[in-house]
Amino acid sequence: MSDPIQTPSAALSENELVIEAGRSSSRYWRDLWHYRELLYFLAWRDVKVRYKQAAMGAAWALVQPIVTMTLFTFVFNHLAGMSSGRVPYPLLVMSGLLPWQLFSSALSASSTSLGANANLISKIYFPRLVPPLATLGVALLDFAIVFGLYLVMASWFSVWPTWRIVLLPFFTLVAITAALGGGLWLTSLTVKYRDFRFIVPFLLQFGVFATPIGFRTDVTPNWRFVLAANPMTAVIEGFRWCLLGGDYTIDPAGLAISLALITITLVTGIWYFRKTEKIVADII
Amino acid sequence: MPQPIIIAENISKRFMVGAARPYDTLRDRLSAGLGNSWRRLFGGRHGADASTKEVEFWALRDVSFEIKQGDVVGIIGRNGAGKSTLLKILSRITDPTSGRIRLRGRVASLLEVGTGFHPELTGRENIYLNGAILGMPRLEIRRKFDEIVEFAEIGPFLDTPVKHYSSGMYVRLAFAVAAHLEPEVLIVDEVLAVGDIAFQKKCLGKMQAVSTGEGRTVLFVSHNIDAVRRLCHTAIMLAGGRVCAMDSATHVINQYLQQSLTSEPARVPVPDARLAERAYTISVVLESLDGRPRSVVAVGEPWRVRIGFRVCRPYARFVVGLGLMSADGISAQTAWSEPAGLEPGEHEVTFEQLTSLQAGTYSLIVGLSDSDLSLQQIEASRMDISGDNPHGYFPMTSGAGIVLNSMRVTLKRT
Repeated sequence: MSDPIQTPSAALSENELVIEAGRSSSRYWRDLWHYRELLYFLAWRDVKVRYKQAAMGAAWALVQPIVTMTLFTFVFNHLAGMSSGRVPYPLLVMSGLLPWQLFSSALSASSTSLGANANLISKIYFPRLVPPLATLGVALLDFAIVFGLYLVMASWFSVWPTWRIVLLPFFTLVAITAALGGGLWLTSLTVKYRDFRFIVPFLLQFGVFATPIGFRTDVTPNWRFVLAANPMTAVIEGFRWCLLGGDYTIDPAGLAISLALITITLVTGIWYFRKTEKIVADII
Repeated sequence: MPQPIIIAENISKRFMVGAARPYDTLRDRLSAGLGNSWRRLFGGRHGADASTKEVEFWALRDVSFEIKQGDVVGIIGRNGAGKSTLLKILSRITDPTSGRIRLRGRVASLLEVGTGFHPELTGRENIYLNGAILGMPRLEIRRKFDEIVEFAEIGPFLDTPVKHYSSGMYVRLAFAVAAHLEPEVLIVDEVLAVGDIAFQKKCLGKMQAVSTGEGRTVLFVSHNIDAVRRLCHTAIMLAGGRVCAMDSATHVINQYLQQSLTSEPARVPVPDARLAERAYTISVVLESLDGRPRSVVAVGEPWRVRIGFRVCRPYARFVVGLGLMSADGISAQTAWSEPAGLEPGEHEVTFEQLTSLQAGTYSLIVGLSDSDLSLQQIEASRMDISGDNPHGYFPMTSGAGIVLNSMRVTLKRT
């Protein structure tokens, strides 16, 4: 260490932070843990602000599922004459809507999270994973509200959940993980290519029909394997198995495919996000 | 002997300007890709598509320095010298392209007042939110809450959404949160340019207390040479992305003022097609009355601006206007030429300043119009009016209003 700039380096040992091109990985996950309060506050902010100045407030969280449920019951049950077995049709739709709404609102919020927090990102350092993670808070809150609605409906129809409901948190986690994986991809891509702002709503609109929300998967046996390619199919089957019981089954192969797809999306999503976050402050 | 708390070694930062514009769309990328393969396949004209050419721009080049614990370091330099990029790298917002910085301890950066404030949330809620964003643990915010509220002087409005705040209250609240951070290193950008003078003084005082009383290290970027002089022991001057001086603050500031005697050329935009057949500005030169180009003048020192412009068709009532806008967005003054009938050709108009303005940075805004119809309006250049007063032009420097001593004052024995 003969270089004069290098000599005082010994003094800089404890609690040292090194800023260097392509560095930052070693502390990343520790930093993320360190910034958990920011995660909490950003989620809290989004929740607080969400229904401010809306006269009906949180009641809006119920309007959309109720309207969708009515519409789907009418289209699939009354027009298309599909059956729901022994379970009332509205409950079948609702048990599909629950995870779908969680997935779609989490996906659309997390896919815009970097852009929405551009002012923070260009002025303050924090692990860039914080905003997409924080958006999940609002999605989970809306999910809880709709779940309350489901419970009211289920007691009205006297369809009581069995012991299987203990697995519901697992399927909820799968739905939110699927949304996060896709959201990380989409928010990174949106930062680079603004086109994805238009693609996400279209994808979700398409997803409503490519996902068995309004009908049972076993009424279309020929198509079941096609539906299985959609990771949300297994989640919805899982929700119905947990909540409706009876003759609703889970297709183990479908579940395995779904979990594999979701894991791959999440892992590659984190990888691509980490790659993008290094340059995000320069291009946002 | 204080220990070094920041060691920067050969920091460089490159931006690609041109094709890889940040907001490129997929279509651009696709068509650029297709264009390339088309050229590769058929060998076509080279560089036909100018937009795919990337131009390197080095915002920082081999910047090295060492800062000791408890130092208050001012970073000065003209616009585009790399000050903001350096702060962004030090605050970990963006990575350097090469080089390395080693830092010890908790770093807090304040590149903007009120980052993350949400207009719908109340003052109380924003204190917690902003504190979390700046990296303050919740318990610490709770502990300092009363102190923050008192410093901000917003007492009765604590539970009002900040969208109803006056801009002064907003700034006070935002700075109050930041001032109560307890980092080992505080990085502050030009944030004190906003807010009223009394509060600015309070903030400067707080920052001084932070550095001298508690051994904090402060990095401070400002156009306000006065503030740098009052606050900082040492200063770094950047020019063109390189460190061109690092020494005691007084020394570096004098060097900066010396260098500023030579002017930077004004940025006059290339006229678009519409203006090219009407009228447009060619040159804007700030100079002293003996004709030497300047970019900094002392308070009270006379100066003038020469504006060259081209007129491409006859005009009946042509007017050239010159506005000065202060760094905090206040239109400080406007002057304009008498309406005149002009024939096509090049013309020049000279504006000579009669009154004195407060020290600070001003944007020179040039407007061309005819019969009240605006033809062109550009922010042509910036000028610094320095509170530094080597020639003894003026006894007052700051805090005396924007327009200084613009009245005829007579004193007589009665």
